[in-house]
Amino acid sequence: MKFRANLYIGGAFFATAVIVGVLAPVIATHDPVFDANLMNAELPPSWEYPFGTDAQGRDIYSRVVHGARISLTVGLVAQCINSIIGVTLGLTAGYWGGWWDDLVSGLTNLMLAIPSLIFALAIMAILGPGLVSLLIALGLTSWSYSCRLARAQVLSLKSQGYIQAARILGYSDLRIMFTQLLPNILGPLIVIATLGAGGSILAEAALSFLGLGIRPPYPSWGSMLSDAREQITTAPWLSIFPGLAIFISVLGLNLLGDGLRDILDPQSRERTS
Amino acid sequence: MSAPLLDVENLRISLSQGGKSYGAVEDVSFSIASGETLGLVGESGCGKSITALAVMGLLRPPLSLGGGRITLDGGDIHNLPPAKLRQLRGKRIAMIFQEPMTALNPLSTVGRQIAEMFVLHTGANWSEATDRAVEALRQVQVPSPERRVKDFPHQLSGGMRQRVMIAIALACSPDLLIADEPTTALDVTVQAEIVDLMQELCAAKGTAILMISHDLGLVANMCRRVAVMYAGRIVEQQAAADIFERPQHPYTRGLIASLPRLGARIVHGRQRLQEISGVVPAITAFPTGCRFSPRCQRATGVCQSDDPQPTPLPENGLVRCHHHG
Amino acid sequence: MLAVLLRRLLNIIPTVGAVILVIFVLFSVIPGSFTSTGAEDGRMLDPQVMERMRKEMGLDDPLLERFGRYVGHTLVGDLGKSFRTREPVTKLIADRLWPSLKLAIAAMCFAILVGVPLGFIAALKPGSVVDSVSMIGAVSGLSLPQFWLGLMLMYLFGLLLGWLPSFGYGDGGPRYLILPALALGFNPMALLARTTRAAVLDVLNADFVRTARSKGMAETRVVTWHVMRNALVLVITTIGLQFGSLMGAAVVVEKLFSWPGLGSLLVDSVFQRDIPAVQGCILVIVLFFLVINTLVDLAYAVIDPRIRYA
Repeated sequence: MKFRANLYIGGAFFATAVIVGVLAPVIATHDPVFDANLMNAELPPSWEYPFGTDAQGRDIYSRVVHGARISLTVGLVAQCINSIIGVTLGLTAGYWGGWWDDLVSGLTNLMLAIPSLIFALAIMAILGPGLVSLLIALGLTSWSYSCRLARAQVLSLKSQGYIQAARILGYSDLRIMFTQLLPNILGPLIVIATLGAGGSILAEAALSFLGLGIRPPYPSWGSMLSDAREQITTAPWLSIFPGLAIFISVLGLNLLGDGLRDILDPQSRERTS
Repeated sequence: MSAPLLDVENLRISLSQGGKSYGAVEDVSFSIASGETLGLVGESGCGKSITALAVMGLLRPPLSLGGGRITLDGGDIHNLPPAKLRQLRGKRIAMIFQEPMTALNPLSTVGRQIAEMFVLHTGANWSEATDRAVEALRQVQVPSPERRVKDFPHQLSGGMRQRVMIAIALACSPDLLIADEPTTALDVTVQAEIVDLMQELCAAKGTAILMISHDLGLVANMCRRVAVMYAGRIVEQQAAADIFERPQHPYTRGLIASLPRLGARIVHGRQRLQEISGVVPAITAFPTGCRFSPRCQRATGVCQSDDPQPTPLPENGLVRCHHHG
Repeated sequence: MLAVLLRRLLNIIPTVGAVILVIFVLFSVIPGSFTSTGAEDGRMLDPQVMERMRKEMGLDDPLLERFGRYVGHTLVGDLGKSFRTREPVTKLIADRLWPSLKLAIAAMCFAILVGVPLGFIAALKPGSVVDSVSMIGAVSGLSLPQFWLGLMLMYLFGLLLGWLPSFGYGDGGPRYLILPALALGFNPMALLARTTRAAVLDVLNADFVRTARSKGMAETRVVTWHVMRNALVLVITTIGLQFGSLMGAAVVVEKLFSWPGLGSLLVDSVFQRDIPAVQGCILVIVLFFLVINTLVDLAYAVIDPRIRYA
């Protein structure tokens, strides 16, 4: 048994990000939105403001800490929606086959043909910025990977003895799918969901950076970077810290996913790529 | 008796796992004279394939040579510098593998894969080498070899692929051919053809064969001498005829009893084939004492405590059992 | 070979049809499209102007008729007129196409030229320092937001060191291309390094590599004659798939560097609610991705005889 460094380091990074998000009101030293004071604008990092202040004099540290709530929530909830859609479609398509399978496969291919960030951007353009729009836009656009994976796994399991036996015993289709098939394909699906959550956090950051996601003044890491871009010459610390926060959270999830893959899905290696 | 072509003495192959070293193969000795055929028999996992890889100098981590000597024409193979060892491989010792589909590169024509041998070992250029590849294919009786050289492995049947493997192995007329389960992956009807072809060509070129198989019947037909391996050791070695008539080791007996005999049902009535109960132990969990004792019906206290030493049998044979005979 | 090409092209047609349908539904059927709301800054359009635009665009016609017209126009290459500039969308896109292509190709070249050799070296010496460092680098690269990386590059090389222009297209010369291409190419580079490493390790364990060694081939020849091409098959798939996310990321990177490509046209058009331009951009981006994937399949057929003769 080798030491699973990526699992532990990834877990630690991600857990830190989650804890920071949960404890944000406690560990933030200033109000992230309303504690603006133009007298303190664009101060470099100091004891009072460890990450410096922005153009309105708000504390970047407190904003990054609060940003964890929005960024992680969007990333995780969006990935949950993706997983639920993908797994449900993939499971039923693989199990029932027939026209339903054709339909789902066609839909999956369509989703794969449109770069998901472009699709999400189009949806944001219609729905307008905001938290709910983000969840819809990101939750509906990257389910194709888990769908394909679930379908392929179900196809390979379907002919196995215990599934046939359950069918002969007269179990309902839904019962077979969710009590017999799902637990057996869960490992690879968890891996892909972990890696996907990192992707969702990045996508949220990108959309918010473009001004289509979370709108100012509420802090998400992406929207903070969007503000920071203008002041990159005068106040580079505005850009550094939110970016590091994204990097560490996503790196944590990616390492965690790699580590989980070694345990849960040893035969796959780089299937997700 | 002349000096043997290949002499393996007290070969040990180590498996390192989790910081520990295990003896995957221990105390294995055998020798093959020029033009002779030796059979090496045993269940899968008994160490016969890695013994073959050791002879080729192809052990890769976590396996490594742990001791003993392998000499070819009196020269120690493993003391050779890597470049010299490479010249030996393919040219003097060649090998055929079990699975002819995966043993050939799917993206390369079979002609090129045969021609490589001539480029590597005779310094031929590619066009000469390709011409000779056609000849090599003709020798292994592949129909219309001029066209077949341009085929890719997936376009050939299993038997044809194994013929290509034989053509590659025998391209440089090696002194020794190691055939590792060459017919296991093939249809029964093709098996005999491949074995005949192999024997015929080797006889013509004077090539000795180390025939590795789990099929005692096949080996007994092909070889003058047979060595039986169990859990990393040779447990019995005898002339092929003797081993069938007077098997000395209980494991060999078991192997013979588990062979179906054509027409046996008519003569003796319906009988169950004898299987050997249990499975081959894992390398990391070899039992103490005699390694076959947990599966052996004759096992007594001494078998569980003491490792049996080899007992010589007539005509250079040996058996490793406390209760042989 | 021709058969593979034809089969692939035939496969594209339903996808293109479906994409056109999705784009039409997204922007023309769902209520809340541009005519009902104001511009981005909350300025409402004059109702009379809006009425005239609705007429001009035929937005009050029955849905099916509008869809038919949209499909018809799209098929002959007419993507409509931009609401903003009143120019044909095809012209807007044509102006932006070359900068976008240049950026995407430069980024992908960087990704391939750095990522593939890195993965190769790592796989040939698994567990070595090179291997560990490049794989830690790769997983970090996968976790970096491209626009943040771009921002940092811009700050470091553009502003602090002053070596390269920090944004803009300039004269279109390579100096302007370097930073955005690095920002865009870093993520696929990291992924390619990982995929290549896994692919090479996989192939090195294959039976035919053992055969090659048993022929007496030196390890370098084993790699050049037998490992490289087989690993390439796996790597090419990744390259093809990466173009999709690359084009998504390009939108953000183009916007960051004020690069006059399709991506920034798309974002600007979204903010200006210039629906025809948005539709056109998305369609062209998807088409580009499909063309790339077709090329990837052809590359497959060139390398792998099992596909060529299938």
